[in-house]
Amino acid sequence: MAVGTYERAPTLERADYASPVASELETIWETKPGIGGWLSTVDHKELGIRYIATAFAFLILGGIEALVMRVQLARPNLSLLTPEQYNQIFSMHGITMIFLYAQPVLTGFSAYLFPLLLGTRDLAFPRLNAFSYWAYLAAGLFMYASFLVAAAPNDGWFNYAPYSLKTYNPGPNMDFYALGMILLGISTTAGAINFLVTVLRTRAPGMSINRLPILTWGTTTTSVGILLSMPAVTLACFMLWADRQFGTHFFDATARGQPLLWQHLFWIFAHPWVYIIVLPAMGIVSDALPIFCRRPLVGYTVVVLGTIATMVMGFGVWLHHMFATGIPFIALSFFSGASFVITIPSAVAVFAWVATIWTGRPVITTAFLFFAGFISMFVIGGVSGVMTASVAADRQLTDTYFVVAHIHYVLIGINLFPVIGGLFVWFPKMTGRMLNERLGKWSFWIILCGFNLAFLPMHWTGLAGMPRRIYTYQDGMGWNTVNLVTSIGAFFLALGILLVLINIFLSVRNGAVAGPNPWDGPTLEWVTPSPPPPYNFAVIPAVASRHPLWEDRLREGMGHSSVHRGLVLDDGKEMLATTVLDAEPDAILKMPEDSYSPLVVAVVMTAGFAGLLLHWWVFSGICAWLMFMGLLVWLWPEPKLGQSARWDR
Amino acid sequence: MTYLRTFGGFKGEQIKVLTWALLIQAIVVVVIVSLLVLIGVLLRRSRRPATGLDRQPVQETGSGLSWIYIGVGISTIALIGSMIWNGYTMAAIDRPPRAPELTIEVRGHQWWWEVRYLSQDTSRIFETANEIHIPVGQPVEFRVSTVDVIHSFWIPALGDKIDLIPNQINSNWLEADSPGIYRGQCSEFCGQQHAHMGLVVVADKPADFQAWWDSQLQPAALPADQPQVAEGATQFVLRCGACHNIRGTQAGGRLGPNLSHLMSRKSVAAGTLPNNPAYLSGWIADPQTVKPGNLMPNLDLSGPELASIRTFLEAQK
Amino acid sequence: MSDISMTHAPTSGAAVRPSPLPVGSIGHKASGWWGMLTIILTEGSLFSYLLFSYYYFAVQYGREWLPSEPPKFRLSLPNTIILIVSSVVVWWAERGAKRGSWGQLVLGLLGGFILGCVFVVIQLFEWKDKPFTYASSAYGSLYFTITGFHMAHVVAGLVILLMLLVWSLMRYFDSERNAPVSIGAIYWHFVDVVWLTVFFSLYITPYLG
Repeated sequence: MAVGTYERAPTLERADYASPVASELETIWETKPGIGGWLSTVDHKELGIRYIATAFAFLILGGIEALVMRVQLARPNLSLLTPEQYNQIFSMHGITMIFLYAQPVLTGFSAYLFPLLLGTRDLAFPRLNAFSYWAYLAAGLFMYASFLVAAAPNDGWFNYAPYSLKTYNPGPNMDFYALGMILLGISTTAGAINFLVTVLRTRAPGMSINRLPILTWGTTTTSVGILLSMPAVTLACFMLWADRQFGTHFFDATARGQPLLWQHLFWIFAHPWVYIIVLPAMGIVSDALPIFCRRPLVGYTVVVLGTIATMVMGFGVWLHHMFATGIPFIALSFFSGASFVITIPSAVAVFAWVATIWTGRPVITTAFLFFAGFISMFVIGGVSGVMTASVAADRQLTDTYFVVAHIHYVLIGINLFPVIGGLFVWFPKMTGRMLNERLGKWSFWIILCGFNLAFLPMHWTGLAGMPRRIYTYQDGMGWNTVNLVTSIGAFFLALGILLVLINIFLSVRNGAVAGPNPWDGPTLEWVTPSPPPPYNFAVIPAVASRHPLWEDRLREGMGHSSVHRGLVLDDGKEMLATTVLDAEPDAILKMPEDSYSPLVVAVVMTAGFAGLLLHWWVFSGICAWLMFMGLLVWLWPEPKLGQSARWDR
Repeated sequence: MTYLRTFGGFKGEQIKVLTWALLIQAIVVVVIVSLLVLIGVLLRRSRRPATGLDRQPVQETGSGLSWIYIGVGISTIALIGSMIWNGYTMAAIDRPPRAPELTIEVRGHQWWWEVRYLSQDTSRIFETANEIHIPVGQPVEFRVSTVDVIHSFWIPALGDKIDLIPNQINSNWLEADSPGIYRGQCSEFCGQQHAHMGLVVVADKPADFQAWWDSQLQPAALPADQPQVAEGATQFVLRCGACHNIRGTQAGGRLGPNLSHLMSRKSVAAGTLPNNPAYLSGWIADPQTVKPGNLMPNLDLSGPELASIRTFLEAQK
Repeated sequence: MSDISMTHAPTSGAAVRPSPLPVGSIGHKASGWWGMLTIILTEGSLFSYLLFSYYYFAVQYGREWLPSEPPKFRLSLPNTIILIVSSVVVWWAERGAKRGSWGQLVLGLLGGFILGCVFVVIQLFEWKDKPFTYASSAYGSLYFTITGFHMAHVVAGLVILLMLLVWSLMRYFDSERNAPVSIGAIYWHFVDVVWLTVFFSLYITPYLG
């Protein structure tokens, strides 16, 4: 059919991965080999893997920082680090783990899996996906560049004013933080927009919203959360930077600024952020645990509603980080109550997983172990959270190591465990090879023991009154043994992570060949070969149930899904747009080719931020202009993409 | 520093019992759910080899929803129970049982505590630092603020913490139910020496407390029969007086802690070192080694200067 | 491996019939349209946080926080009306695009662009008129940050209108393929609505209560 009509009826055909259609699609969708292709690719699978690898690199950096701190804290009165070095390291550890690892790694999984789970060929905005990856990498390098001048952020990931203001913090440390966070926020926002539009508009026909895999629900929910919460911290960082550089008075108490405004804006963002970095991970478990239990997830609908309810309520509890700041009684009561109630939807998920195990026939794989272990860790992180919801108890607990223990059960228990489990599940899909199960089980037990050895006693450290963020402590406070145990546990945990990394390096070349569906999974990604071809699906599958590959065994759904017979879209790079609720075919989307513009825009933008840091205002202005030119090239209506009328004249 | 035991009277008891109850409830929940997972895995696990999952049948045995209804139902009851208990405790400890007779102002500095005792009788108002005496068995009101960054005032054994916020006066009340020395520490990150921003609360019997207050009002001791003390006083005013204050001398600085009656205190450098001549000398001679980055500079005092200043301070009982 | 479609022909549940579908960017079916809605969602929350900050200060300090002389309407009111009119004009342009009226499209975009520029110029005078600066008080910091952020969005909107104008002059759009016009127009309407909330907060609330 000729390019140039506004309408086309795609044909319905049967085609597998060996058909002529498939080889034609291969030429249309493949990325050029070589460095040029590497820099310009917009393939969601390539970018998703890159996201995960980069996030793991930051995990290692943050882990090394943690180990250095644990050596310093192993015994009282050690002076391996100066106070300033310690403050920089604990700040960068938090920033790295929370902003540069925990969320990006989930973005990586989602970027990789979304189109495969949804039965489409790419994200809705492939170039934006590339941009958000490059901007993420750039933001991470930008913040880490601060170590080169020995001026890393030193006021924690929470960065309270007024210590972050120029009066108390004259170096460039906080400028790295403020500008780096804005940069990272741009990347995260771009990613959220992409996921949201992808899930709303580009699902396989028939994948109505009650058939979406839970992982996509998790990421979709958090994407909305990101869009609503990210501007708060971006604004706060802008205000901080303006206070520091231009003498505005947002947080400056000496000129009637409000230091607590920082805390409000920060926690309005950062409390939802906690859910943003756990809900997709919970989605990983909700999707993958049932594979190993050989049954669908118990309570799909309530788990989905729980996910959404958690995110919504997540916007109403920020004040519980500020119980000790002198808030009026009535506000304390409301936010305390809300913080108790927010646990209920999480309890739904916990009992859904437990029920899935009890009513299924669990097959004990490494991934299953990580998911089962995750449930316990999730509960520990949850109940310690309940304790901090109580104002009366929290005004003792807050800012002690009890909260440090809590946040690590949340971040490692609810994020890292599912991520490693998810890696075992989808590594075969990404590489075509299995991870080693034997080594995997070793790493699970070492991580589980090391993690609990490090962080379970830390609750006690907190109850024994040790405040957070101190670079050393005095002898005779009753904190010596627990700190030593924590330090030893931290190294065990690190060893376990190291084994996972070794497993990856060994298996990527020598692992057992996986085949398309090594776990006999139920969802669409398991239809494709491992690794999937650039176009994912030879024909667009049509879906009739939640578990297209299990439906005949479960007698699920009204009709039958059709994964090898579907709409053929091969007139250039094309995807199917579907309607929001019912996923009826709605339009044929023309997708962009690989492009350098995302990379160029990200690099120029970062250079502009570096200029702001260095006060090279003219340079930043030039960068802004170049960025505008880059965007213009990027967004110029292309006849090939069906964006302008000229292409058919 | 532990707050699982309390000496904080009614308030401390309320908080302690609630904290223990929540802790035990938490442990019970963790144990139950972990056992459910463990037993579920052991009982229900597939006996077939783990490889080749496609040989394991897929089936939907039962909806399993009753698990969610029962589990979430019980959790909700426990949560609402905790919420009500918390609300009751919050209301119970919000105000002291009777109006506090004593109000103490605490102002945070990087990295020490300025303490000011208020009184109707203005001649009894005085300032001290880093060590607070309170009478046993009476609620005491603390009005806290800060001159620089945010700090948090916390005496774990007596009760809850309250942040020190610039341009804002927060208040909290505490009570000690038995005489003793209770350690506290800044618990909001406040910069390089956050770790060494300790303080001590000494709970005295009411009579002892009044005696202590009276003694604090005395001017600096300059015994005529000890010329070295007088020499030390001169040196102190010269070298230390720009930052420190000792009532009855010309040292009137406000940047550092008030050192009147220094030797009545248990520690120096904000709870960092025990207050004895050796540590005191070490601290004055080289504060940047003891608390790196703190705002007291190394003065490069000569041996005799140091000795005479120390002698003068030792006389300030 | 279970490929059920090998044994079953698709029936009711996954029935996909090869019916004609629009190709490329068509109106509200274009991904860009949905992308713009999400941008508006996040930019809208940015402005709600800006106004949150403003009201936070207002609650903390009460009336004494406001400058001695309340904000004046001499320039701001006409400017508000100009911005509303520009929205109507851009809406008219978009209608033109959908009707296939090239002249109406070009004229409307040009009109919207010019009115937007007028808004910017008047706003610069309004800024110059203020007795305070961004560095003189917390109020000044907030006033200039809120109006400054809005101004930045107006400028972005003007760039968009300008590019749409250029593309229209190049005859890129016709009655069916004009999604970029709709996308740009909704952004411009958003910028106007934001201004109304800013105007209400900064200019009207000081006179209330």
